[in-house]
Amino acid sequence: MLATIGVKNLADLFEAVPAEYRFPELNIPSALTEMEAADELAGLADANSTAGDDLISFLGAGVYRHYIPAAVDHILRRGEFYTAYTPYQPEVSQGTLQAIFEYQSLMTNLTDMEVSNASHYDGATAAAEAVNMAVANFRGKRGKIVVSPTVNPQYRATIRTYTQGMRLTLLGDDPSADLYAGPEALDGLIDAETALVIVQYPDFFGRLTDLTTFIAKAHEKGTLVCVVVNPTALAMFKTPGEMGADIVVGEGQPLGIPLSFGGPYLGFFTTRKQFVHKMSGRLVGETVDSRGQRAYVLTLTSREQHIKRERATSNICTNQGLMALGSAVYLSLLGKSGLRQVAELCYHKAHYAADQIAKIPGFGTCFTEPFFHEFAMCGPAPVAEVNAFLLEYGILGGYDLGQDYPSLKNHMLIAVTETNSKEEIDTLVEALREFSEEVANA
Amino acid sequence: MTNIPSNLNYSDTDEWFDPAAGRVGLSDYAQAQLSDIVFVEILVEPGDTVEPGKAIASVESVKASAEVYSPISGKVTAVNGDLPGKPESINTDPYGTAWLIKVEGGKADGMKDATAYTTYCESRAH
Repeated sequence: MLATIGVKNLADLFEAVPAEYRFPELNIPSALTEMEAADELAGLADANSTAGDDLISFLGAGVYRHYIPAAVDHILRRGEFYTAYTPYQPEVSQGTLQAIFEYQSLMTNLTDMEVSNASHYDGATAAAEAVNMAVANFRGKRGKIVVSPTVNPQYRATIRTYTQGMRLTLLGDDPSADLYAGPEALDGLIDAETALVIVQYPDFFGRLTDLTTFIAKAHEKGTLVCVVVNPTALAMFKTPGEMGADIVVGEGQPLGIPLSFGGPYLGFFTTRKQFVHKMSGRLVGETVDSRGQRAYVLTLTSREQHIKRERATSNICTNQGLMALGSAVYLSLLGKSGLRQVAELCYHKAHYAADQIAKIPGFGTCFTEPFFHEFAMCGPAPVAEVNAFLLEYGILGGYDLGQDYPSLKNHMLIAVTETNSKEEIDTLVEALREFSEEVANA
Repeated sequence: MTNIPSNLNYSDTDEWFDPAAGRVGLSDYAQAQLSDIVFVEILVEPGDTVEPGKAIASVESVKASAEVYSPISGKVTAVNGDLPGKPESINTDPYGTAWLIKVEGGKADGMKDATAYTTYCESRAH
C-alpha cells in the first residue's frame, strides 16, 4: 500500500507532521482490563444524583420529568425500530414510515395544525427552523425576525447561532426588557419587513396568555407567527392552532422521553398546509400502492437537500426517529383523556405548591398571570444559596432565572409535574420555611 | 415524440419564448425529463424586470426540483396565477395553459429556433 502511494516506509508517510508532534509522550494511565474499566466508570456514574431517583426534583425550564409507561421503552427496544436509520429507501421501510405518519398525525391533533414534519433534533432547533421557513416563504424579501424575550433563553441562543450570516435583523431578543409586559409589547417591532415573530406558550416563566389578538395583529402586517409550546399544556388549554398560529414548534421530551442528563430529545414542528412546500425536514404521507393497498411514502422529498441542494429550506433533513416513535407510543397509551389527566395533575400540584410557597415570609410568586405547571418564585437570597440549602434536604431546586435575566436575580423557576407527590411538595415548602427562618435570624 | 412548435424560440435550459405573445414557459422536452410535476412557484411579480439567467420559477416533480430561468430581458407584465393550483398542466399542456410569465419588450436574440432546438434535444437523447 505504501508503494502504491509512492512512499518507502511509515516514517516517510508522516513526514509532513513536524517531528516533535509525531509520537508525543501522552500523560495517560496505563491500559485497564475490561473489568477494571467497568469498575472505574461505574464509580464515576455513582457520583451522579438522578432527578427523581436520588433527589426530589423541581427543576424544569424546558424539560420535564413525567411518568413514562413501561410499554414505551419495550416497544422502542424492538430491533425493527431500535437500529433503523432515517430511511433513504423509504418504500422498503413501511413500518418506520407508518410510525412517523402516526407521530405526525398525533402532533397535528395536539397542536391543532394541519401538517407536521417527521421531527427535528430538539425544541430549540425546531424553533430555528421556523425562521428558515419564514425567510423562505417570503423568498428573502422580509429580513426581520422578532423574538420575544420570554422565549426559552437556550432557544433564543440557538436562533442567534442559526441566523448568523443570513443577513437577518433579530429584534425583541432582549433579556433586560420589561418581563412583566405581555406579548403586545412586541407589536411596535412588527412591520411589513417582519418575516416571523416567535412567542412562547406557556412562556419561559410558565405564564399562559391568549395570543389570538396578538397573532391577528401580526397577520395584519403579513407577518407569520410561530408559537413555541409545551405539548403537555395543550391537552388542557386553548391550542395555538385555535389562536391562529402559522407555525407551532416545541420540545417533545415531555411526551414519554426521559431526562437522560440532556438528551436525546425531540423537536416537533407543525404548520398550515399552505406552507408545506417551504417546511423544513421530511414528511411522510399515506397513499395506495399498485395493488390498491395502503402504503406510506416520503412525500415532497424533492425539497430535500440531496435534490435541492443550496435551494433547500434547511440542510438538516434528518429526523429524530426513535424519539418521535417514543412520543407516538406515549400519546397512544395515554390517549386524549389520559394526557389531559396528566396536564391537570401537573396544574393542580403546581398551584398547590405556589400557594404554599406564597405563605412563607420572604418567598413569593412574582407574576400574576395564569400559569400551567411552572412558576417564577422570588426569594430572600441568591438562588445558588437556596438551592445549596435544598440539596441538603435531598431536593433539586429550581432554575436560576438571574443567569439569563438581570432583573430576575433571586428568582427561581419551579416546575411541578404529576411525578411530584404532595409529600414532596410539602418537603420543599418545609425546607424553604426553614431557610426563611434562618435568613430572618441571621 | 417531443413536441416542438415552430413559432417559438428555445433556450439551452429548455424554456420557450413566444415573440408574438411575449409569453415564457417550459418546453415539452423539459416536462418529460422532470416527469410528474407536483409544485410550481413563480418567483417574479408583474413590474419586475427579468434578464437571461434570472430564476423566474421553481418547479418540483416527484423526483426532482428545477429552477426555470428567463430566456430573455424585459419587464414582467403578467404571471400565470392559475398555474400553482394545477402544476400538472405543465405536463399536459406546456405550450398552452401552462405558460409561466408574460414579458414586454423581450427579444429572442441568441435563442434557438425549432429546428436547432430539435437537433439540440436529439443530441441529448443518449
